[in-house]
Amino acid sequence: MNASVWEVIGPNFLLLLVSLIAFAAVVYAVFLLGARASLKAQEWMRYLVFLGPASLLLLIGLIYPAIRTIILSFMDKKSENFIGFDNYIWAFTLPEIQIVLRNTIVWVILVPVVSTVIGLAIAYMTDRMKRAAWVKSLIFMPMAISFVGASVIWGFMYSFEPNPKKPEIGLLSAIWRGLGLESRNWLLEPPLNTLLLIVVLVWIQTGFAMVILSAAMKNIPDEVVEAAMLDGASNWRRFLRVTLPMIRGTVVVVLTTITIGTLKVFDIVRTMTGGNFQTNVIANEMYSQSFRQLNYGQGSALAVILFVGVIPIIWYNLRQLRLERTER
Amino acid sequence: MTALSAPRGLSGQQKKKAKDIFSSPVASAIAIVIAVLWTIPTFGLLVSSIRPEQAINNSGWWTFFTNPEISFENYQRVLLEGTAVQPPMFMFFFNSLAVTIPAVIFPITLAVFAAYALAWFEFKGRDFLFFTIFALQVIPLQLTLVPLLQLFSRGLVIGGVTLIPDLGITGTYIPIWIAHTIFGLPLAIFLLHNFLRQIPRELIEAGRVDGAHWFTLFTKIVLPLSVPAIASFLIFQFLWVWNDLLVGLTFGAGAKEVAPMTVRLAEMVGTRGSGWEVLTAGAFISIIVPLIVFFALQRYFVRGLLAGSVKG
Repeated sequence: MNASVWEVIGPNFLLLLVSLIAFAAVVYAVFLLGARASLKAQEWMRYLVFLGPASLLLLIGLIYPAIRTIILSFMDKKSENFIGFDNYIWAFTLPEIQIVLRNTIVWVILVPVVSTVIGLAIAYMTDRMKRAAWVKSLIFMPMAISFVGASVIWGFMYSFEPNPKKPEIGLLSAIWRGLGLESRNWLLEPPLNTLLLIVVLVWIQTGFAMVILSAAMKNIPDEVVEAAMLDGASNWRRFLRVTLPMIRGTVVVVLTTITIGTLKVFDIVRTMTGGNFQTNVIANEMYSQSFRQLNYGQGSALAVILFVGVIPIIWYNLRQLRLERTER
Repeated sequence: MTALSAPRGLSGQQKKKAKDIFSSPVASAIAIVIAVLWTIPTFGLLVSSIRPEQAINNSGWWTFFTNPEISFENYQRVLLEGTAVQPPMFMFFFNSLAVTIPAVIFPITLAVFAAYALAWFEFKGRDFLFFTIFALQVIPLQLTLVPLLQLFSRGLVIGGVTLIPDLGITGTYIPIWIAHTIFGLPLAIFLLHNFLRQIPRELIEAGRVDGAHWFTLFTKIVLPLSVPAIASFLIFQFLWVWNDLLVGLTFGAGAKEVAPMTVRLAEMVGTRGSGWEVLTAGAFISIIVPLIVFFALQRYFVRGLLAGSVKG
């Protein structure tokens, strides 16, 4: 490896080490001081030490910026003048941005529903299966892979060879050609490309849905399931009449959790198509407006739209949880 | 419940029959097929990464099984070859580690502190504070990016009064660490609070009677008891930070000296100058660490997921 690389890593390593040691030293010193302080002093010190850092960070790093972004969304490009709702009018009227909003809606409907349905099916099929653990592990595995990593994995699956004399190296294209069909450049063709990107997130989220739903199914008392079976209910009927109603609350939590994650999807679109070819979504457009065009007004408006989209889902989620608690 | 249901339960034979219906071979077969389908993309990447460049670009990875050629040259090239201008993956691997370790330790430490206070200190406005922190989970990262970045690059000046000066830390790891710490706190505090609440009151009170006060109580009783909860959140935060792109991209301020692997990988895909031999090996280097953590500690990860899956 080139020596100049070590010249970068060296100081960075030092910063890492010093920071970790400094952090540990401060925490240690504070505790030493706290434990020796008089009981009266400890009374106020404990708030400062235990609550202070987290509260301060959340106030400066989360609450203040969120309020500031909302203000910025009503200001112009460089955050100098107030321009009322212009940024929102822009977001809802410009045809390009309407495509972005439309795509986001397609993502938000398809990803949660498809992932949850497949996850539910696998959870049910493996519920009493022998040695189901490795089957579940394999399906759960994509959860550990970064969205960028997943994008490379699937970019390779969708790889396309324009020259018909050369063999396809992407699995999808190879199967397609094997069926005698003409090669297609998958990621350039709307609306197919958006669906292919959605597949990537479904691939990741299905494992999440499966694990949570599987745990919920394990909580259904054996007696209930066995009674249904003795009544001669078929697997399908038992699923609809017993299993599904009993885990309804969990299904809602899974659906809403995936929905929130999907609303904020950014990495996959950015890595695979850069938001081109009509595949753009709101989180990616927010990034380009704020950090490429440096239009803080429009970027902030998109962030606020995203936030407003998240609120009702979480509200519904919390209400469901509370309902379930009172039912029990 | 057990007393009631015992006489009504099924006999051993009936239970066995029931199990047979359950483990229907068709259902098992479908589940296995799906599992295989789910693994093929990752498997294809792994197989490609160990094939010679010529083979990757001129034949599908599945031909590996009829014509096996193994070469680790891709890894050698991606991981080690490069200069400070075109850095090798090794540097980004180091950056990922250097970003992740503090970005896991800092939020967990501060979260245990806050969770302890919220669970066991009695003060006015405690419930309000807890609810506020819980509610903060709904704030998407995107809503905070621009102002938080400006805080790091310009400091905070309100009405001509400098509250936070420009610290000159842009382009180092520090903004990335702080950002990850802030974004990780609400969920961490919420999860740990729920856990610490369950410590029996007698234990805390016995400690206080013995003369232990708030600080000793924390180190002697609360901390040792919260190890399992901390472990669960640790894996959660580790995967979150290691796999993150958005925070690394924005708070790294475009400096490749501090960029984690995800940022580099995304850039490699974008430039299109890199062929599949480089991309497959690069991608595999970036996913191998979380995969190991995942398979080794899956149980804790699942526990963490089950405890709090609503992250904003």
